[in-house]
Amino acid sequence: MAQSGASNITHSGGVVPAGTVAPNFTLHATPDQTVTLSDFLGRPVILAFYPADWSPVCGDQMALYNEVLPEFQKFGAELLGVSVDGAWCHRAFAEARHLHFPLLADFEPKGAVARQYGAYRAADGVCERALFIIDKNGSISWSYCSPIAVNPGADGILEALEDLPE
Amino acid sequence: MAILKAPVTVEDHGQGPEDAEVTLVEYGDYECPHCGRAYPIVHQVQKHFGERLRFVFRNFPLSQMHPHAEAAAEVAEFAGAQGKFWEMHGGLFENQERLGEALFLELTKELKLSTTALHEALEQKTFEARVRADFTGGIRSGVNGTPTFFINGHRHNGSFDFDELVAAIREAMITRKSA
Repeated sequence: MAQSGASNITHSGGVVPAGTVAPNFTLHATPDQTVTLSDFLGRPVILAFYPADWSPVCGDQMALYNEVLPEFQKFGAELLGVSVDGAWCHRAFAEARHLHFPLLADFEPKGAVARQYGAYRAADGVCERALFIIDKNGSISWSYCSPIAVNPGADGILEALEDLPE
Repeated sequence: MAILKAPVTVEDHGQGPEDAEVTLVEYGDYECPHCGRAYPIVHQVQKHFGERLRFVFRNFPLSQMHPHAEAAAEVAEFAGAQGKFWEMHGGLFENQERLGEALFLELTKELKLSTTALHEALEQKTFEARVRADFTGGIRSGVNGTPTFFINGHRHNGSFDFDELVAAIREAMITRKSA
């Protein structure tokens, strides 16, 4: 397989499609630490944009992914959550839900990274519920935009990770 | 997406005839308050459809969020291995606000099972693999929180109110007849 996932493009809404180089970014993960996408070259990255911290249900998307982390780790994949919430808000949310992966603050300029991925809802001022799998070479191999009210689960992510070439 | 990829087998905990018109599968967590609310509703739905419905429960413990969920699932499986799954399942949900070791022991005694054997099973994680298999099958099927229901293999995206569940099951019965 030469091209990662080229035969299996899932593209809905306006999110950046498979086959595109993933726009690089540096965002705050905590008030005093930043994360840069290109630091993860060499292993797959799951980029999960979501509308807001503190959604009120047990079906919360980030809490679900927290439980699925061991499955993601089987693929050596790094999970990054992204919303427009600030780093302090993320910290409180991650502590409350015992999250074991970074939540990045696309806070200033607001939604700038989400816009680059076609995953910003300007009318609402929040990120879409959009998923991207970035392969070890920094290319998007799969993307999916879920209806904002629907938690997309993790099945699509796991299938996309399976489809990555060795 | 959102098709039950782990088919219902004889290994599953089920109530109702195996050849019932509709099989309702729930992925649930004994510590999840929404599952606690769904528990009596599922009972009502089962009563409503009688022998036309088969109900299957699978474990989906959100253990990072709910500290007793994994152990509770293993306790239910422990009882299940001795033919008392549904008794334990009911005891756990009916006493959800007291979920924890004291309740596990109390229910085990009530069901005349050995508390020593329970301790061993929890310590040696005898049922961990089974619970994890339920969980990963659920993830692969698009379970996105608890409770998640599948009706004849299709994820039910609506609410789990009695009326909505009944309507969705009725629809599945009609779809089945016209297929």
